[in-house]
Amino acid sequence: MTARTDSRIQTVLRALISPKGAVYLLLIVLLVSVTAIHPSFAEPGQLMRYIQRVAPIAIVAIGQYFVIVSGEFDLSMGSLVTVQVVVAGTLVGQDDSRTVPVLLLLLVIGVLVGLVNGLVTTRLKVPSFIVTLGMMLALYGGVLWWTGGAATGNPADSFRQIGRSGIHDLPVIGLLPWSVLILAAVVAIAAWLSRRPFGKTLVAIGDNPSAARFAGASVQRTKTMAFVLSSMSATIAGVLLVGYAGVHPSVGQGYEFTAITAVVLGGVVLGGGRGNVWGALAGAFALETLFTLLNFTAVPSTMRSAIQGVIIIAAVAYAGVIFKNRRAPAAVASDPPDAPGMQQATGEAQSTESAGSGATRNHNTKEN
Amino acid sequence: MKRSLRTTVGLACAATLVLFTACSTDPSVTPPEDNDTTETESSGEWFDQELFDQQYEQRSVEPEGPADQPYLQMIDPEMRDTSEFAAEGAQKACFANASISNPWRQTGWITMNEQLQVLQDSGVISEMETRDAQDSDDTQIADIDYFISEGDCDAFIISPNSTAAITPAVERACETGKPVIVFDRGVQTDCAVTFIHPIGGFAWGIDTAEFLIDHLEPGDRVIALRILPGVDVLEQRWAAAERLFEEAGIDAVDHFTDADPATIKNIIADELAQGEVQGIWMDAGDGAEAAIEAFEDAGAPYPVMTGEDELSFLRKWAETGLTGLAPVYSNFQWRTPLLALEMIFAGEEVPAEWVLPQNPITEAERDDYIERSEGMPNGHYAQFGGEDLPGFPETWQERNIP
Repeated sequence: MTARTDSRIQTVLRALISPKGAVYLLLIVLLVSVTAIHPSFAEPGQLMRYIQRVAPIAIVAIGQYFVIVSGEFDLSMGSLVTVQVVVAGTLVGQDDSRTVPVLLLLLVIGVLVGLVNGLVTTRLKVPSFIVTLGMMLALYGGVLWWTGGAATGNPADSFRQIGRSGIHDLPVIGLLPWSVLILAAVVAIAAWLSRRPFGKTLVAIGDNPSAARFAGASVQRTKTMAFVLSSMSATIAGVLLVGYAGVHPSVGQGYEFTAITAVVLGGVVLGGGRGNVWGALAGAFALETLFTLLNFTAVPSTMRSAIQGVIIIAAVAYAGVIFKNRRAPAAVASDPPDAPGMQQATGEAQSTESAGSGATRNHNTKEN
Repeated sequence: MKRSLRTTVGLACAATLVLFTACSTDPSVTPPEDNDTTETESSGEWFDQELFDQQYEQRSVEPEGPADQPYLQMIDPEMRDTSEFAAEGAQKACFANASISNPWRQTGWITMNEQLQVLQDSGVISEMETRDAQDSDDTQIADIDYFISEGDCDAFIISPNSTAAITPAVERACETGKPVIVFDRGVQTDCAVTFIHPIGGFAWGIDTAEFLIDHLEPGDRVIALRILPGVDVLEQRWAAAERLFEEAGIDAVDHFTDADPATIKNIIADELAQGEVQGIWMDAGDGAEAAIEAFEDAGAPYPVMTGEDELSFLRKWAETGLTGLAPVYSNFQWRTPLLALEMIFAGEEVPAEWVLPQNPITEAERDDYIERSEGMPNGHYAQFGGEDLPGFPETWQERNIP
């Protein structure tokens, strides 16, 4: 082996054990473990099915990323998914022709919920944790009231194709699920948005809202936009889930916390100001792969939640501990005075800046 | 060196913390011992040979009472005198309900209210004050104590949230000298005038496991989909089934699903990826449709399957033509407490333990039930037993939950 490839491997390895790379390392370890237990998991067709399954939660995680990186929370996502699933199921019924109007209605509902979350948070200065918690209860209560807790049944199969089917008879992969294409589109849009001024302002606001405001950013508009994006992603996930799972008042329940976990696992800091879309995406995949791995191993069913919890804490703690050691002197100097509360909960990871998002901060500081 | 040490310590702390929390929150759910953690151990706590044998027998007992009114039928009743509770005129009932948080309880709750209407019209009951504990023991204890002190109740109906925790509150209600009726889940006291329930969880487990064993070969794989751990009526279903699967050499693995169809689909997809699955066992039918769809999506042959008398399962079962059985946890039991109250106020004898019939729906009866449930939503239960009530069928179709 030449010295050149050697150093390249070293660079990759170093990136993987760095805090930002922790999620990718975890994902690789999990994928390798699953494949080791069950080799056919790595077959292209199976992988496509797998991505199809992860797509809804990955899309929700990407939506949640925009809100969290701006320093807020969106707890209403899971209930919004449920609302969209139940609305679609009830309104489409067995009538194919209603597919398009209902899809438009779902988007309108999504935008409205996002606007309310965003405007109440930014204009009325109610903490987003409370606003979206209230929205979560209101939406779920509405679903229960409307359905009486029992869904009427699944909508027409044509509507469900979006989440359940795809392009058939392709070489190598066989079926290319629509979900995979939609996920790819969502990732592309999200990545594009975060490179735009909007995405950079969002991170800057999450890092230091006052500084961003002095720099001329519209905190209210940008944050509201983030909430709308998050509600839109919940809507898309809802449409996919109607197809994948069917209509039931439990579909989507708990998605907000799975998404927050995925985002944090992906190196996005609660309290805002650090992280990227790819981390959130990898976090969602790592989390789902962890669930799959536990399905593949003979862990007693009562133990599974506990094991999931341990691995998640370990992964986040790993990033935190390494981070602190690497940047210990810098941590004291750059401890930001803003964003109390949640920041302390996430510990040291917040107080320092990784090389990647350092650029954003410099940019921000310059404008100060 | 220092860094790796800190990492290790951090991980160890995190792991210990989570494990400790997991163990201390609900000791009844996690297996008590760490040596050989096989799946049988967790259900071992719930397995009760005496109850198993009793319910095994009761399944074949011909119930007493009118055949077209299963909610008034009794299995092996030991009647008791209630003349001390006889009362003139309309009386006020107080109902402490555990929750209406699932379709089974909602269906029953609708039926109960329709029955109440009938008894109010006939002047037996003046009103029924209901408190919904929303799945919380604490709330239900407070509800019962409120009824005792301020409810001005002539009788108590209690559907306990959990067995041990609600027992003292039920005893306090008994001490008022007013009649107490307990139904669905049990309590550890026999102070109630009557305890109404279908045969029970073991009977469910026996019916379903025997059906699967009859249609499968030793060594076949069965996936057990369970809603959640720690609820006695659900745990007993699995405890019985698991025991029988083991004896028959069926390879059964259980998973918790929260009845979420997405979770169910993921679990089945993962299990199918590991090899053929010949059977699906469910401790409640909610989500059965998703389980069947997972086989369709994977292009795998349909399994032999046991669901529940929830219409989503009956309809999907008919549509796919798979080999199946719909066990029931007789939903019509929600009518019985009010009818028992009518008998008690009239001074008539009631059974101290009122065991209602619990007959699974077989393939031969399936289409008849589907036909009779025309227009009902998928979350409706075929054996809800309210066909002769005035609000039928609109009230159940529209799910008007009071």
